[in-house]
Amino acid sequence: MNYLPNIIFAIALIVGFGFFAKNVKKLVRNIKLGQDVDVSDNKSQRWKNMANIALGQSKMVKRPVSGFLHVVVYVGFVIINIEVLEIIIDGLFGTHRIFSSVLPEAVYGFLIGTFEILAVLVLVAVIVFWIRRNIIKLARFWKPEMKGWPKSDGNIILYFEMVLMTLFLVMNATDLHFQEANSGNIISQFIAPLFSGMAESTVHIIERAAWWLHIVGILTFLNYLYFSKHLHILLAFPNTFYGRVNNKGELNNLASVTAEVKMMMDPDADPFAAAPEGAEDEMPAKFGASDVQDLSWVQLLNAYTCTECGRCTSECPANLTGKKLSPRKIMMDTRDRLEEVGKNIDANNGEFKDDGKQLLGDYITNEEIWACTSCNACVEACPVSIDPLSIIIEMRRYLVMEKSDAPTELNNMMTNIENNGAPWPYNQQDRLNWKDE
Amino acid sequence: MSEQLNVPTMAELMAAGKTPDILFWVGSAGSYDDRAKKITKAFVKILNKAGVNFGVLGTEESATGDLAKRAGNEFLFQMQAMMNIEILNMYEVKRIVTCDPHSFNCLKNEYPGLGGTYEVMHHTQFIKQLIDSKKLDIKESDYKGKQITFHDPCYLGRANSEYDAPRDVLSALNANLVEMKRSKATALCCGAGGAQMFKEPEKGDKDINELRTEDALKTNPDIIATACPYCMTMMSDGVKVKEKEAQIKVMDIAELIASSQNL
Repeated sequence: MNYLPNIIFAIALIVGFGFFAKNVKKLVRNIKLGQDVDVSDNKSQRWKNMANIALGQSKMVKRPVSGFLHVVVYVGFVIINIEVLEIIIDGLFGTHRIFSSVLPEAVYGFLIGTFEILAVLVLVAVIVFWIRRNIIKLARFWKPEMKGWPKSDGNIILYFEMVLMTLFLVMNATDLHFQEANSGNIISQFIAPLFSGMAESTVHIIERAAWWLHIVGILTFLNYLYFSKHLHILLAFPNTFYGRVNNKGELNNLASVTAEVKMMMDPDADPFAAAPEGAEDEMPAKFGASDVQDLSWVQLLNAYTCTECGRCTSECPANLTGKKLSPRKIMMDTRDRLEEVGKNIDANNGEFKDDGKQLLGDYITNEEIWACTSCNACVEACPVSIDPLSIIIEMRRYLVMEKSDAPTELNNMMTNIENNGAPWPYNQQDRLNWKDE
Repeated sequence: MSEQLNVPTMAELMAAGKTPDILFWVGSAGSYDDRAKKITKAFVKILNKAGVNFGVLGTEESATGDLAKRAGNEFLFQMQAMMNIEILNMYEVKRIVTCDPHSFNCLKNEYPGLGGTYEVMHHTQFIKQLIDSKKLDIKESDYKGKQITFHDPCYLGRANSEYDAPRDVLSALNANLVEMKRSKATALCCGAGGAQMFKEPEKGDKDINELRTEDALKTNPDIIATACPYCMTMMSDGVKVKEKEAQIKVMDIAELIASSQNL
C-alpha cells in the first residue's frame, strides 16, 4: 500500500500527458488541412525572428505596461516550471524535495527563493491583468467578438495561474522541514505563521493537498491549452519562425494565375491544345479561399496561435472608425471553423463530410472583407507574427475571381483598368497630357 | 509653365539613341488625378533642376495592377504586370522612381516574381539622394520654422520600412517637424489603401481620413506633408471636412521641395 501514491501519481502523469499528446496530434492534423506552402527560405532570418519576437518578446514590449507584465509572467512560467521536474521525480519515486539532497543547500535555497519571488511577481501581474480585463475594462477586451467563451477563457487562464501560484507558495509555507531549514523560503516564511496554530498533522495534510493540487492543476492546464487561446505559449515559437520574412507590402503572386495569363499573352499558344500531362493536378480547386482548407497551413497555424490580445484590432483603421472588420475576429473565426471541420472529420471516420458551411459567409462576412485598407497595421501590431491581412486578401480573391462578387464601384474601377489601363475612365492616349497642362 | 518641363518619353529617347539613367513611373493617379498631377509636375521640376537624365513611358505606361491585386483580381493584376514588364524590359529599364508608394511597392516587390526585376525607388528616397549628393542644393527655404507634420503612407512605411527618407528630406527645409502620436510603424492609414479609394466605405461611425486628420490637427501644423497621391486626396478631404483648409495646407514632399526652390 505504500506505493499507492506513486502509482496514482504515475497514472495521473500518463493520463495528463496522454491526453495532451492526443490533443497535439489533432492540432497538427488540423493545421495540415491547409494548403502546402514553401517556407524553406531565409532560414537564418527565421531563427532570428523566433529568437527576437517569441523568445525575446520584442514586440510585446512595444506596449510597455502589458509588455512588462507579460514578460514577468512569461519568465516566471518558464523558470518556475523547473520546480515541476522535482515534483515529478518526487511523485514517481516517493522522495521529498529530491533536489535539496542532490544540490548544495545554498544552491537549492537560491533556486526555490527565486521561484518564490517569481511566483509573487506572477501573482501580482496576473491580478493586474484581471483588473485590466474586468475592472478597467480595456476596450480591446470588450469588442463584440470577445463575448461568451473568449471572455471566460481569458479569465479562466488568469484564475488558473492565480491558483497555481498560490498553491506553490502554500505548499512551501506548510512544508515544516523546508521552513526549518530556513533556506529559500524568502516569501513562504511570511505565509507559514498562518498555519502555526494548527496541529502538525493538519499542516502536513495541507502541504500534501497543495502539492497534489499543484501538479494536478498543471496537468489540467496543459490539457486546457488545446481548447484555449492560451495555446500561444507553445505555438508562438513555430509561428514566429514560419511567419513573414519579406516586406510586409508584398502579396504573393498566384502561380496558377501566372500560367493562364502567360498562355493568354502568348501569340503562339494553341487554345485547343490538350493540357500537358499532369496539368490538371496543378490547377487549384478554386482561386482564393472561401474555407479553411483553401488557406495555407501557416495561416491555420496563425489562427491557433492567436491569443486574442486584440492589439491588431485596436490599431485597425476600419475597426477604429466603427466598421465591422476586426482582424482578431478573422483569426478567431478561422480557428473556430477549423475546429468545426476537425470535429466533422473525427465524426466521419477521417473524411470531411460537406456540412454546407464555409468560413466565408457563415463566419466572416463580405462586409468585413471589403472594409480592409490593407494597411498592415494589424500585421505590425501582432506580437507573434500573425498575418490577418493575407487571409482577407485570399477571400477577396475568391469573391472576385470565383464569384464576381465585388462592390460595384470596384468592378467599375477594374473594368477601367482592363479597358484603358487606369482606374478611371480616361483614355490611355491622354496619359501624358499633364505635361502640357 | 509647360515649356519649362522637360519630359522625354522612352520612345523619343530610344529613337534618338539615348538611354536614360532612370525611368520615372508616373502612375495612374499622377497622370490623371488633378491634384496628383501637381505632384508629378513638382517632381519633374526637381528632376530637371538637378539635371537628372530620366524618361517616362508616357502613353505606353499602364496601371501597375496593384489596385486590382488588392481588390482580389489577381488575373487583372498579372495581365497588367506582364504587359508593363514586357515594355520595361524592351527599353532595358534598370532603375525606376515613382511618386506613388503603391506603384513603388508593387514594382519593387511583386514584379520580380513575374520577370520584372528593377531597382525601384520612391521619390522621397530619390530626392534624398539628390540632396545628399549635392545635385540639389536646398538653400534658404520659405518653410523655415513652419510647423510640418508628416503622414506616413502605409505602402512606404509599414509595407517597406522606409520611415527616414521623407523625414530626412523634410529636415533639409529647416522646418519644425512634429510627429503625430501615431507615426512611423504605428501610423494610421489615411483610409485609401486596399482599393478603398474607389469605393464608399462600409458602415461605421466615422471616415478613416477624418480620424487621421484629427491625429494631424493635434500637432497644430501649418502643413501636413504627404508622399502619396492617395494620401493627398484623403488628407485634403479630411482638412476640408474639419474646415481648416484656410489655415492648413496639405502638400507632397516633392511640392515642398520644388516650391522652396521657387521651381
